[in-house]
Amino acid sequence: MKTIITPILAIVAVLSTLTSCNNSNNSGALSNNNAEKVYVAPGDHDSHYAFISGGFSGNLTVYGLPSGRLFKEIPVFSQFPTNGYGYSEETKPMFETSYGFVPWDDSHHPDISQTNGKLDGRWIFINGNNTPRIARISLTTFETEEIIEVPNSAGNHSSSFITENTEYVVAGTRFSVPVPQKDIPIKTYKGNFKGALSFISVDPEHGHMDIKFQILMPGFNYDLSHPGRGKSHGWFFFTTYNTEEANTLLEVNASQNDKDFIAAINWKKIEEYVKKGGGTMMPANYAHNVYDEHKHTATSTMKKEVRVVNPSEVPGAVYFIPTPKSPHGCDVDPSGEYIVGNGKLSANLTVHSFTKMLDAIENKKFAGEAYGIPILNFEDVLAGSVEQPGLGPLHTEFDGQGNAYTTFFISSEVVKWKLGTWEVIDRKPTYYSVGHLTIPGGNSAEPFGKYMFAMNKITKDRYLPTGPEMEHSAQLYDISGEKMELLLDFPTHGEPHYAAAIPAEIIKNNSRKIYRLDENQHEKKTLSGSDVKIVRDGKNVHIYMTMIRSHFAPDNIEGIKVGDKVFFHITNLEQDFDVPHGFAIIGANNAELLIAPGQTRTLTWEPKQVGVWPFYCTDFCSALHQEMQGYVRVSPTNSNIELSWSLGED
Amino acid sequence: MKKAGIIMIVGALLLLGLFKFPLWNIMLGAPQYPEPLGMNIYIHGIEGVEEFDLQNIDGLNHYIGMKTIPKAEDMWEFSVFPIVIVFMVVLGTVIGLLGYFQKLNYKYFLGWFLLMSVLGILGIYDFNNWLIDYGSNLDPNAIIKVTNPDGSPMSYKPPLIGYQKLLNFDVDSWPHLGGYLMFIGMTLTLVAFWAGRKASLKPTTQ
Repeated sequence: MKTIITPILAIVAVLSTLTSCNNSNNSGALSNNNAEKVYVAPGDHDSHYAFISGGFSGNLTVYGLPSGRLFKEIPVFSQFPTNGYGYSEETKPMFETSYGFVPWDDSHHPDISQTNGKLDGRWIFINGNNTPRIARISLTTFETEEIIEVPNSAGNHSSSFITENTEYVVAGTRFSVPVPQKDIPIKTYKGNFKGALSFISVDPEHGHMDIKFQILMPGFNYDLSHPGRGKSHGWFFFTTYNTEEANTLLEVNASQNDKDFIAAINWKKIEEYVKKGGGTMMPANYAHNVYDEHKHTATSTMKKEVRVVNPSEVPGAVYFIPTPKSPHGCDVDPSGEYIVGNGKLSANLTVHSFTKMLDAIENKKFAGEAYGIPILNFEDVLAGSVEQPGLGPLHTEFDGQGNAYTTFFISSEVVKWKLGTWEVIDRKPTYYSVGHLTIPGGNSAEPFGKYMFAMNKITKDRYLPTGPEMEHSAQLYDISGEKMELLLDFPTHGEPHYAAAIPAEIIKNNSRKIYRLDENQHEKKTLSGSDVKIVRDGKNVHIYMTMIRSHFAPDNIEGIKVGDKVFFHITNLEQDFDVPHGFAIIGANNAELLIAPGQTRTLTWEPKQVGVWPFYCTDFCSALHQEMQGYVRVSPTNSNIELSWSLGED
Repeated sequence: MKKAGIIMIVGALLLLGLFKFPLWNIMLGAPQYPEPLGMNIYIHGIEGVEEFDLQNIDGLNHYIGMKTIPKAEDMWEFSVFPIVIVFMVVLGTVIGLLGYFQKLNYKYFLGWFLLMSVLGILGIYDFNNWLIDYGSNLDPNAIIKVTNPDGSPMSYKPPLIGYQKLLNFDVDSWPHLGGYLMFIGMTLTLVAFWAGRKASLKPTTQ
């Protein structure tokens, strides 16, 4: 017996040593449980929503944190065959612009609505960069509810950031253009082109947007922007590049000045000026598209004028802060004191002080002026700089603990540094070419500094290859400790340009599960199978149809002719969570539809061939989904077959 | 007897809870219904636990050929039960009052309890018959037909009380608040009987 006991004791002793060793120095396998930190067990929910812009997809994707799971793609600026957004008659008006129907865009910066500087989770705004537009998306329905076009603007890049009570969402132009547009030589750029910074008010009740005023700034490029908050509430800061006002080979010619500017704009002062009738109404032409949740229908209105303000007419409202060198990101810390100007060609990171800026303004310490706008002295406003933190600083977010996190595009890393002391605390590589980074609430007065994710432009070697083109990627870091820790890589759809993230609790309990049929105010709704009808109006045939598991009413339709334009107005009668039905018909030249419970949608179909053509449900809805189908008989143009329809009759 | 009379009245009045709260509740959970569908059975009709539960239960049941859940006007029970309950409440209160004023023997309390029990058993019998009919009187054209191992058609009758697995559904059938108030009320009338008996026996034992 003794011989057995001794080795067992020895093993126990060794094991306990190992265990205590692990406990004592807090390193090794037990502390490196990154898989556990991102693991969300089946059926469990993530703790945060991340809304990641789709960049060139034109849309907004919804991910969970920390799992990195994709939940949804919300169509915003791009047609979306998945559910017929931009193809159905109800949603087509969302794409109307002064350039006509523009069914795509390049969406960049989402921002969640705020109350008192805190994320309130009511709406999320995002900019269309190419055809200047701002969209508002409801975070109860996760549908795009409104899109406003921005006139006098081009490359709507320094958008869509919002003030701390969602008073305004801004839309700053990246490209300066002639205002109003006209046919002039491009060489006459300097002095003739203008940069419009648009302040779009948001109705506190319904969120409806309206361009209150545009500030017509000198012809620089307005790259990014951020609202002041706390003590600097009432101000907005825009980075500029190409203060040289060059118009060709900008990679050289716009990089000559050692310093460009951050434009500091006292919007409250301009708001007062405008309220007193200041500024001038300028003829314009821009679309305002509003989706009505109860009518399930969007309408598009063309607006014909816009109020413009010349900044030199409002003394004390606009100043330029010199900032090295071609600054990109412009980020304001949660207290509102520090304005970080990331000079992307500068070796150092420049941080301005809001208090010092006010002092300099009060003491009228100006270095000069540009187009009547005072320029402050760099040294007077400088709070400090982070010395040589990396190459190519782009964007900064904050954790609410006095730390800032900056992305470095060229050196592909995130650097954590301390506000006030400007010392670098930590740096971690990203894979690769990181653009923006996001901390949930990091763009508000109250960040939730547990996670940070970086959004990268290049993915090579991180995933299995998928041909020359790969999805971009995001990387999640734990920032709860002194050092950052890379937890997870996850692919993102389109370009993950920027993102907004928020604790799930603020949103998930308000999320809508169905549309109530008794609130459906769609003009072409059909609320029960007995109300089904088909109406011919010349060549137009309107089919009022219902769908419920597992049939369409009617399912057999006759009397349609080649050359007709058939409108299927279909209402989903379900009142059950997560039971949409699809509708697809052979030869449709547009899309299918996905219709949410209680919703009405219209698909147009122009039959071109005689025959009996099937339609069916595309969303697997029940055990009898395959049986959810019907036929349309299409007769020759000159036939005299009467319209008829049926369901359940032999 | 005064105390017994009061207990009797309270017991009878607790039946009024049936007008406000469900007598019974049946919940249907399934993997695809993580938030179960449910119906509350009142003495005057059936309502969904959540607003659209009845519509969704009917939608599911249609596959197996079950009838839709009856509206209040479809069943005589929903007009008769409230009258019976009002009658029993009035009767119980009158007996309790008469007992309070010593006009009446405590044995009437037991009489009320027995009558209520008989009515209750009849009610449960009727309820069970309805469940049998609802769960087994199926549309012959039903799309899904499931048979028992012996070849007989499967019944979808929910359990009278307790838990049962019905195909993919977990079915729970239990009394609800109104039912519990009724049971407490009936128990109180038994207590009233016992208290009345004790009070009336006192003089003889002294």
